[in-house]
Amino acid sequence: MPERIIESFNIKRLDILDENGNEDESLMPSLSDSEIKRIYELLILSRTFDHHALSLQREGRMGTYASILGQEASQIGSAFAIERSDWIFPSFREMGVYITMGYPIHMLFQYWSGDERGMKCPDDLNIFPLCVPVGTQVPHAVGAAMAVKYKKDKAAAICYFGDGGTSKGDFHEGFNMAGVFKLPVVFICQNNQWAISVPREKQTASKTLAQKAFAYGFEGIQVDGNDVFAVYKATKEALDKARDGNGPTFIECFTYRMSDHTTADDATRYRSKEEVEAWKARDPVPRLKLFMEGNGLWTGQYQKEVEEKSRDMIDEAVKMAESIEPQNPKDMFAYTYGKLTSRQLRQMRDF
Amino acid sequence: MSQNSKKLNMVQAINLALKEEMQRDSSVVILGEDVGRDGGVFRVTEDLLELFGDERVIDTPLAESVIVGAAIGMAAYGLKPVAEIQFMGFIYPTIDQIFSHASRIRNRTRGRFTCPMVVRTPYGVGIKAPDLHSESTEALFCHMPGVKVVVPSSPYNAKGLLISSIRDPDPVIFLESTRLYRLIKEDVPEGEYTVPLDKARIVQEGKDVTVIAWGSMLHRTLQAVEEFDAEVIDLMTLSPLDEETIFKSVKKTGRVVIVHEAPKTCGFGAELSATIAEDAMLYLKAPLIRVTGYDIVMPLPKLEDYYMPTVERIKKRIEEAMKY
Ligand SMILES: Cc1ncc(C[n+]2csc(CCOP(=O)(O)OP(=O)(O)O)c2C)c(N)n1
Ligand SMILES: [Mg+2]
Repeated sequence: MPERIIESFNIKRLDILDENGNEDESLMPSLSDSEIKRIYELLILSRTFDHHALSLQREGRMGTYASILGQEASQIGSAFAIERSDWIFPSFREMGVYITMGYPIHMLFQYWSGDERGMKCPDDLNIFPLCVPVGTQVPHAVGAAMAVKYKKDKAAAICYFGDGGTSKGDFHEGFNMAGVFKLPVVFICQNNQWAISVPREKQTASKTLAQKAFAYGFEGIQVDGNDVFAVYKATKEALDKARDGNGPTFIECFTYRMSDHTTADDATRYRSKEEVEAWKARDPVPRLKLFMEGNGLWTGQYQKEVEEKSRDMIDEAVKMAESIEPQNPKDMFAYTYGKLTSRQLRQMRDF
Repeated sequence: MSQNSKKLNMVQAINLALKEEMQRDSSVVILGEDVGRDGGVFRVTEDLLELFGDERVIDTPLAESVIVGAAIGMAAYGLKPVAEIQFMGFIYPTIDQIFSHASRIRNRTRGRFTCPMVVRTPYGVGIKAPDLHSESTEALFCHMPGVKVVVPSSPYNAKGLLISSIRDPDPVIFLESTRLYRLIKEDVPEGEYTVPLDKARIVQEGKDVTVIAWGSMLHRTLQAVEEFDAEVIDLMTLSPLDEETIFKSVKKTGRVVIVHEAPKTCGFGAELSATIAEDAMLYLKAPLIRVTGYDIVMPLPKLEDYYMPTVERIKKRIEEAMKY
């Protein structure tokens, strides 16, 4: 018997908006002018947030922080497609997602300053707390998707992680189960090319991350993660597909971490200036600006207003975060269980 | 031994131990996340990639379970892997490998295969780090027969204990206090010396009360005992436990205060208390006292100082013991 090919695969790559602001009209998602402006404003707002967070950290007013610089299109583009009834399972580098979903910004500053209260998600949002152990959120999203399916809700779970996360067992176990049960879940990997000092090609021998979905029986697609239209379109389609009962999708957002891994890291130890410079040209913000300018949606005056408004909002949020009354140390005990144990009550007498 | 000494902090002392052991023994290899090019996020493995190459200092993909699981395979085959888990909070995915295999390979094969590996990981509260970066769950590992648990408290003993751990025929969990990493410097000899894995250290002798601590808590303990005639024991190795040193001291002082930063319930203090109660109860003049972290989820930085046993808290409890 001759050997036969019994399976093969193709991986799609989606690009819509190039670095010069030119779009592929045939692929453009349907977005109104005001929606495009809103997306642009969220990009600027998130970048302003990031900038302030980094300087607050430097001034000792905030703790260790993971910058989103360069990844805004992946975050805002995907989050813009999410409905409030969907459930979001972030990693630790999704401040742009939080901001797009309308999470109170002062609470983000509060959290990164080391105050748990900042992660008390408002009741009208379903964002699981920021997840520090890499990849461990993937199974949670899968479980939420199982619950959505069981309850026959018109919703989806959406899960964020990084390129490093794809090496974890949790990722593979979660993907496998999502495929087996054809669950309403969208996995978004921000492949920012680095996991601290480990470059993407040392993370996996696969040519793309997107192709990993193929092994688990569902579609994986790579998109230009610095192209907000491509990210939005892919996410919107994947979420619609999930909500319609057509199973999971994996979206690899091909992007770049422009900053150090966190404020505790020094990326010059392991990557070249040239590489970082080359990615600067692919910045997600200027290309959208150019597009908008070409379509009469952007002026210098508008830019000034957007920047001013963002700065005001962030300043206000910082002020709010810093004027919140400190936590009562006894709060450390309050949320261990539904009810304090008798042992805890005894231990609380120390205060 | 007439050796050169240098004033080193704990990071440098551990780095030196790794370097010297790797020079001496070509079967010693390092693997973990960011241990190579970046020199480890705390710089503990700094320069080792340059010195020994990427076959011996291995930057792995981001997956703790395979780091420790692969170390088991390497060890069985004849290497002496030193795996790094970036923070103790990320050691949990490796528990399957450590509990189901590392601890049992010797027993399961009646000694045909063994697991001489070290898993190094930074632990503990005190550097204002994010969620899961301040864990001190040493007791989990002490509960597992077949695994040794070592917690150095100073640059000198860190180096000697790590060399012993690398040479040990069984798996060792080696816990490095992040708070101590750069806190103290002391003379650390260059060249070979070891600190044994089954011996506690009397840091200071005393008559009235035995205070037992390890790792980061030793230093607060030493500050807290200043006004007492206290005997301070630094366990250094929690498992196997040096019971003899403890009993001898307890028989002398009749009072015991145990200090650890992990939560109280089922913390290692519980094991120590039970051991002392079983075998030295009749020498006690006062109830056994534990000064520990609280039974709560480790708080984020804003409240972390309230969590850890403070010098004041330790002092107060020693005073209580002294009332008897
Ligand atoms: C299980 C686990 N191991 C190690 C770490 C330490 N750590 C934090 S982020 C990170 C790299 C993550 O890389 P990637 O998944 O690509 O996400 P990125 O940081 O690039 O957003 C590492 C090793 C962790 N948080 N969790
Ligand atoms: Mg990454």
